[in-house]
Amino acid sequence: MSILIPCPHCGPRPVEEFVYGEVPVVPEEITDPEERDFDFGFMRNNPEGVQREAWFHAYGCRRWVYIERDTVNDEVIGR
Amino acid sequence: MNEFMEKKVKLKWYEPKQTYDVIIIGGGGHGLSTAYHLATRHDITNVAVLERKYIGGGNSGRNTTVIRANYGIPEAVKFYQRSVELYQRLEEETDRWMMHKQKGILWMAHTEAHVRQEKARAEVNTAFGAKTIYVTPKEINEIAPEVDLTGGGKWPVLGASYHPEAATARHDRVNWALAEGANKRGVYIHQRTEVIDLLKEGNRVIGVMTNHGPMYAKTVMSAVGGHVTRIARMAGIRLPIRTHPLQAYVTNHYELEFDPIVASTSLLFYVSQTARGEMLIGAEIDRQPSYNYRAGHHLIQTCSFRAITLLPFLRHLRILRQWTGVCDMSPDYSPIMGFTPVEGFVITTGWGTWGFKAIPVGGEQMAELIATGRTPDLIAPFALDRFKKDRTKADRGSAGTH
Ligand SMILES: Cc1cc2nc3c(=O)[nH]c(=O)nc-3n(C[C@H](O)[C@H](O)[C@H](O)COP(=O)(O)OP(=O)(O)OC[C@H]3O[C@@H](n4cnc5c(N)ncnc54)[C@H](O)[C@@H]3O)c2cc1C
Ligand SMILES: [Zn+2]
Repeated sequence: MSILIPCPHCGPRPVEEFVYGEVPVVPEEITDPEERDFDFGFMRNNPEGVQREAWFHAYGCRRWVYIERDTVNDEVIGR
Repeated sequence: MNEFMEKKVKLKWYEPKQTYDVIIIGGGGHGLSTAYHLATRHDITNVAVLERKYIGGGNSGRNTTVIRANYGIPEAVKFYQRSVELYQRLEEETDRWMMHKQKGILWMAHTEAHVRQEKARAEVNTAFGAKTIYVTPKEINEIAPEVDLTGGGKWPVLGASYHPEAATARHDRVNWALAEGANKRGVYIHQRTEVIDLLKEGNRVIGVMTNHGPMYAKTVMSAVGGHVTRIARMAGIRLPIRTHPLQAYVTNHYELEFDPIVASTSLLFYVSQTARGEMLIGAEIDRQPSYNYRAGHHLIQTCSFRAITLLPFLRHLRILRQWTGVCDMSPDYSPIMGFTPVEGFVITTGWGTWGFKAIPVGGEQMAELIATGRTPDLIAPFALDRFKKDRTKADRGSAGTH
């Protein structure tokens, strides 16, 4: 599926120019520090819906871009 | 499954019951195979397979059907070799023709690093029971004369690993034969039945809530492909799974016979010929995690460009169809099978882009786990708790995307 990522420096650019970066969100219920580290490293929220994520504009300005995207239809909701 | 097949495949459709011994969520290959093996190997037939759409409508009906055991780590080689052998017997066992065809796979090396990787693959495979040899460009030419060994002048072929037992089979027929085999022994298959919640009592799953009401069972298994995170969340567990789309496409009919499956790690694509003569091409996953089934133009453009450097005849063909599945990718590119921290709830996931080949063995092993309450040795390395124990089974290079 083709997606345009709205880069604040370069404008909307095709997703193929970017590298995906996960923004891990460890649930608050997990309180033990070791458990939190483990969750951060391995576990994924993987939502069917909107998630916040980072994209590295590797073939552009080489800066990180943060967006919110709906993973069901790939619509970019905002920054 | 469309109406035509509903008549053709001998499946009986019953009204759902209140209780079963085992409920399997997901009527893909892994769910159906588990039901089939529960019925045929353990005489457990009070089983329901719940499928929210139609059986085989998920990745098990969208894949490129490569069956092979040439993996990179001992545990995986042994596991997939068992499946290669089960597939070889499955037509006879089910008395259904699955268009299973042994083709052999060539995995090309274009750099010194990949030469080492393919030689290592041959060694590991041989040591753990899969037949793989390292072949020279001259031997490649004998196996697949269509390959341009100069790689379009840019990607010269230095060698390849060759795994002669690699095969393909018609995916729908595999799904339908397993469904039929389970169903005729008493297993219930309920299509258009979606699990919307799990019913829990303390730390135990006791049943499922569906769009047709509640159903109860001693064991509930999740076999839902890319949608596993949703089911896991209902159980209250977190998984190291991220869902990524994987696309594939076919060309029109190529009039000559093209025997082997050809893959290349450097060029990131693989090709085989379907029974209808179409050339079937696949590549890497989409980089964004997503549940979107829409296919895109970028893949066919870049992938075709690369495929043509190795197989110039593809240049003369036209693309007919393109499609997408959403894959449950594990961080170490190995499956996740077995018990979970929640009682009465077992999972089979992490099948990512490589789980079609594992349908017979995955179902066989999960059926044994459910029937005996113990984890069979063959799948013990692939348990969910391996991540916490720092025992990941990293095998990215050979999971490939097929
Ligand atoms: C394009 C592509 C090419 C591939 N090529 C290969 C290959 O060459 N070789 C290989 O070995 N593997 C390949 N794969 C991977 C392989 O297809 C999968 O790993 C395998 O089919 C997974 O089977 P499954 O039964 O786990 O999941 P699926 O077949 O996806 O079945 C899951 C089922 O669960 C149902 N479901 C989901 N949520 C619910 C719910 N809440 N309630 C009820 N039902 C639900 C879905 O509708 C679906 O039918 C490929 C995949 C794709 C997408
Ligand atoms: Zn930019």
